[in-house]
Amino acid sequence: MSELLTAVSSGLGQGAIYTLLALGFVIIYKSMSVISFAQPALMMSGAILVSYLSPRFGFWFAVILGGVLIAVVALVIERLAIRPMVGKAVFVIAIITIGVDIVVRVVAGAFVGSDPRVIGDPWGLEVWRIGGVQIQHRHVAAVVAAAIIVALLAAFFRYTPIGLAMRAAALDQEAAMAQGVNVGTVFATSWAMAGFLAAIAGVFAAAGNPLDQNLWIVGLAALPVIILGGLDSLLGAVVGGLIIGVVEALVRNYHSDLFPGLSTNTGPLAPYVVMLLVLLVRPYGLFGTKEVERV
Amino acid sequence: MSTRVKGRPELYTAYAQDMAFLNTRSKQVGVLVVVIAAAVLPLTVSDDLLKILGTGLVLAIGAIGLNLLTGFAGQVSLGHAFFVAVGAYTASAIAGDPDGRALGLGITFVPVWIIGAGLVAALAGAIVAPLATRLRGLYLAVVTLGLVIIGGYAFTEWKDLSGGAQVGRDAPKPVVLGADLTIDGAYTQEQKLYWLFLVVLVICAIFARNIARSKIGRAFAAVRDRDVAAGVMGVELSKYKLIAFVLSSFYAGVCGSLLFVANGHFGPERFSGGHGLLLSVQFIAMILIGGVATVSGSIMGALLIALLPRIASELPSFLPFITTAANEHPNIFEIEVATYGLLIIVFLLFEPRGLFGIWHRVRTYWKSFPFSY
Repeated sequence: MSELLTAVSSGLGQGAIYTLLALGFVIIYKSMSVISFAQPALMMSGAILVSYLSPRFGFWFAVILGGVLIAVVALVIERLAIRPMVGKAVFVIAIITIGVDIVVRVVAGAFVGSDPRVIGDPWGLEVWRIGGVQIQHRHVAAVVAAAIIVALLAAFFRYTPIGLAMRAAALDQEAAMAQGVNVGTVFATSWAMAGFLAAIAGVFAAAGNPLDQNLWIVGLAALPVIILGGLDSLLGAVVGGLIIGVVEALVRNYHSDLFPGLSTNTGPLAPYVVMLLVLLVRPYGLFGTKEVERV
Repeated sequence: MSTRVKGRPELYTAYAQDMAFLNTRSKQVGVLVVVIAAAVLPLTVSDDLLKILGTGLVLAIGAIGLNLLTGFAGQVSLGHAFFVAVGAYTASAIAGDPDGRALGLGITFVPVWIIGAGLVAALAGAIVAPLATRLRGLYLAVVTLGLVIIGGYAFTEWKDLSGGAQVGRDAPKPVVLGADLTIDGAYTQEQKLYWLFLVVLVICAIFARNIARSKIGRAFAAVRDRDVAAGVMGVELSKYKLIAFVLSSFYAGVCGSLLFVANGHFGPERFSGGHGLLLSVQFIAMILIGGVATVSGSIMGALLIALLPRIASELPSFLPFITTAANEHPNIFEIEVATYGLLIIVFLLFEPRGLFGIWHRVRTYWKSFPFSY
């Protein structure tokens, strides 16, 4: 039992990271109907940037500064590569973001270097023991941070004028424009927010471990999350992130009991298998809006 | 069927003439010249460059396949690397040494394992297609991406087939009429393999061109342009999406069967995780850079992508701040990978029709000069 709870707690921590990342995907998708494949690369560069900043500014300030700088990078990407393509087929824009992802990843990867970099987080691999259950500090921190950010996002969309404008643009772009919403600002804001969220997710994903290029693979697992939750649902990103995180942790933990014949751990595979199974039943994810086709 | 009017090459009096395989005299001559030039190229070019060009020809087969699916039928797939892998392993298993460490049937006759690889990959495509046809657009892209991740795991784990991680297995032996092409004779290994690849590519390209101008090709275009409208007109969506997947996977399988013949040895890392995705993205890059929904564009794009490592390795002599050492930055490997990304972005922003579009513009300019119409 305590082994199960330990696995669930680490799964929730991982799920919180997926949630943060998935929220970025969903915010961009809602504003321009595009999946930004650049998110995993932004997440990796966020973590790398913070690892450079934290010795100089201290961890907490470095996280905020790193998040803001990655948000600026995302703004630049949006302005240079994405905005000129507005009105083109969404798959073309999505493929541009793949190109952006490759470029950003190579540039960021050049700063990883051969020495293992650490992010300078205060949690490390410390654990709380409650009975036999081990709960890692970094996972609790990720869950708390995700909860705070989700609450802030909910307040942002509910109470601020730009949040209202973003909801309006997501609902009907032309009607929003007719009402005086600057859709360009909405695009820019959504990219900046997604960049910030990606950087924060990167910090928690890198906490406790040395940084390497594999962080990008972690970021990729947010794609099954958003497909599972539904591309246009913020609630779906939260629920999907936690489901995928817990399932992955459980499979990782019980791998040797479940699949004694397989030598490589099946944990990293779990998000994709869950995604395929859910899509067989619900092609638009758990909370996604079913697309109604008008002819 | 009406005949062509002599002296008036631009006059078409029947639809069949307009849709003919090579519908103008200049295209007929041009294609002939290109094919002959490609065939005599190995006699003049050094073997190391020939190896790269040969790889480019093989990649072109895969790119044509992806173009049938993504360019002609409009179904975005990031899972092409998976089908390439299926083809590569099927071919190795059919042609592999029966007494070897990895699975092998020992049938080394080239057409057998090429077609076998294509068919097994096509079968994999047919299995995936029912799920894929339920999904549209970006959902499909992400699901096919999942295919690469899951497939990469399966290949790494199935050690009898793939040789296992970090070990790998030997590529299939190309034997034509009892002669092993990997043994130097009157011609070198690179020359013989290049010719093999060229022959297979020409067959594949003609087949693809014929699909594109037939009923299936028109149905693909209808599905791509507006699938609901196509369905209303009586195009069976699930049937044609299935055909697109099967055809594309067949090409990918053929590509995979040949891809590692040039290298001789390969491991499952090439198809799993980040590497597998990079391969898929490379195929996407080929068709976008070359030209969406064109066969000649796919070939141009594939050759350019195949030449990129070579181009990147030449860069340090022009730009001294780029190093060849892997632990310094910026190095040629980073430049190479970043160039895929940059080329995708730049072509989509400024020349969405790719190299084919540039060629088309140049051709139209000279053809109509000095008229602007």
